[in-house]
Amino acid sequence: MNLRTLVLGLAAVLMLGGTATAGTLDAVKKQGFIRCGVSDGQPGFSNPDAKGNWTGIDVDYCRAVATAIFNDPNKVRFVPVSFAERFTALQANQFEILSHNTTWTMDRDVAQGLEFIGVDFYDGQGFMVRKTLGVKSALQLDGATLCTQTGTTSELNAADFFRAHKLKYKILVYQKASEYIAAYDAGRCDAATTDRSGLAGDRLKLKDPNGSIILPDTISKEPLGPAVRQGDQQWGDLCRWVLFAMVNAEELGVSSKNVDAQLGSTSPEIRRLLGKEGAFGTKLGLTDDWAYRIIKKVGNYGEIFDRSVGMKTPLKMQRGLNALWNKGGIMYAPPIR
Amino acid sequence: MAITVLQMSKHRAAWRDTHWRSIILQALVLLALAVLAAWMIGNVTTALSHRHVASGFAFLDHTAGFGIAQTLIDYTEESSYGRAMWVGLANTVLVSVISIVLSTVIGFIVGIGRLSSNWLVAKLCTAYVELLRNMPLLLQLLFWYFGVLAALPGPRESLTLGSGIALNNRGLFIPLLVQQSGSWLVWLGIFAGIAIAWGLYRWAGKRQHDTGHRPTVWWAMLLAIFALPAAVLYATGVPFTVSWPELTGFNYSGGLQVIPELAGLTLALSIYTAAYIAEIVRAGLLSVARGQHEAAQALGLRHTHSLRLVLVPQALRVIIPPLASEYLSLTKNSSLAIVIGYPDLVSVFAGTVLNQTGQAIEILSMVMAIYLTLSLIVSLLMNLYNRAHAGQDAR
Repeated sequence: MNLRTLVLGLAAVLMLGGTATAGTLDAVKKQGFIRCGVSDGQPGFSNPDAKGNWTGIDVDYCRAVATAIFNDPNKVRFVPVSFAERFTALQANQFEILSHNTTWTMDRDVAQGLEFIGVDFYDGQGFMVRKTLGVKSALQLDGATLCTQTGTTSELNAADFFRAHKLKYKILVYQKASEYIAAYDAGRCDAATTDRSGLAGDRLKLKDPNGSIILPDTISKEPLGPAVRQGDQQWGDLCRWVLFAMVNAEELGVSSKNVDAQLGSTSPEIRRLLGKEGAFGTKLGLTDDWAYRIIKKVGNYGEIFDRSVGMKTPLKMQRGLNALWNKGGIMYAPPIR
Repeated sequence: MAITVLQMSKHRAAWRDTHWRSIILQALVLLALAVLAAWMIGNVTTALSHRHVASGFAFLDHTAGFGIAQTLIDYTEESSYGRAMWVGLANTVLVSVISIVLSTVIGFIVGIGRLSSNWLVAKLCTAYVELLRNMPLLLQLLFWYFGVLAALPGPRESLTLGSGIALNNRGLFIPLLVQQSGSWLVWLGIFAGIAIAWGLYRWAGKRQHDTGHRPTVWWAMLLAIFALPAAVLYATGVPFTVSWPELTGFNYSGGLQVIPELAGLTLALSIYTAAYIAEIVRAGLLSVARGQHEAAQALGLRHTHSLRLVLVPQALRVIIPPLASEYLSLTKNSSLAIVIGYPDLVSVFAGTVLNQTGQAIEILSMVMAIYLTLSLIVSLLMNLYNRAHAGQDAR
């Protein structure tokens, strides 16, 4: 609600000056858990399951940070926020990490006080249409009415695409995912548009999921990733290397299933990753087995992808761009050394 | 020593004086408020720059880049954020004004109906009030919006009336008069005709008052209202064209489109607020002492005259002030628009623009100031009306 945005805004006004920006790690250790801002229900990214457990890529990332610090993936408190209020809430110190399928854009990075710590999902905006419409490409959508959700980059991308191709359109912007998808389902618009990962999840909420298809066109670059507040280098570094450790683990073939066996590995890269050589964890303010604990209790990037959005899940997403750089994708992490 | 005592006693005297004491206290409170405000503004400015968050109002001139579904003023993706704010504001004002008129009409009918001696009418009106004011507005809004959408067919199966009017789940499409150059003369003719007719009516009233004889003016009034604009229309060569809605591709284009979001929001706001207005009207009518009606009858006034001249003016004194509050609530409730995708001020400016620029403090302050201004304007208008017609000091 906008009232919440307002309250958060006022909270930000009153608290910004008071809270120190540095020392997040110390504050978190004292507090005994991390607070992680997530979406209010995005299948595959952050979604509570039937038992109320949070699941998804965004959620698992926060569990990995918690495991690195506390050796316990459950030392996380998930704070669901809407798209529109997420940045204000991060600024107002409602949580330490924003892991909310957030697109890394220049304005957000430079002018909105965010520090993006990496990309955990390469996405792009797409369109979903009813099969009965007979549309095969987004270029056939001249004169169409679109439905989308407020608080995202989707409105701007759609406007750019239609302007660039000199097509006419109308766009309706709803506050919540549930309402924009209900309006699409009621036939109010010809196409629903948002990030393809979002469409894959939203399609499952339709009365007849098989009656709609996601068009092949991808009209934007949407590098999604976690973000923290600007100004605390130590906390930013820790969060960044938790993500890199999970990607490196997949590249080195270290998974939750074989990590104990890999402790005996002779590969210097694996030995550094698992804390057998060097003192990389200590430099982050953690113990040297930080990455071992992440992989053991949460898993490597590939495992998280597969169980959250992969082909065995209802979302059935291919690795695509999110495959490792040496497997045809662009997922790449700097080395630990 | 002596001087100190003197000063103290003087000071004490000032302090004991209620007049001075209240001035001092008010000055202190004002000072404290000013210091608090200055501290908050200073705190925010430093904190924002410390956190690398942009601040200031320069963003209002930057290109918005996004589209809006309903624009009453010229707007394209190349327009500025400031322009987008005006588009949102116009949409808020549109839905508020239509809903205020509609809710007042429904409210008066239901309010008077509740006092009807007809059992069925009275019970139906009671049921209306009790049902609609006891359900949250948000639920009613979703009900009307998705109810309206579900009942309407798709664009290709539209309900049509002749070739000019079509209704489907994208909205109501009606022919639109497009003004060509010189059309302002026709509007001028219409207004002049109405003004002349009004003048004639007043003149006839004055003659009746002075001489007891009322001259027949109705034909002259009709002539002024219809013949004058018609003559101007003919003289200027009909400076209008009609844009007809036509089914092209996905949907109708051309003509005037009333989007379902506007219809849904208007329905929900009007029907909900009317339940409260009905109670206010009922209370107003019941507040007039029974003797007033009987006295009017004793004077030989007809029923309609006794209503118009005796009962309603007295009831209005009770009705107008709470009615103003209902109008204020309605205007503010229109910000629920974002739930169903109606592009009002909050949805466009405090939603999309806020998200794109991230300047929450500036934007939310502006939105609050705008709602405050809107509310003060509604209050002012209602107070003026109250002073003029209800014969009571506006407070």
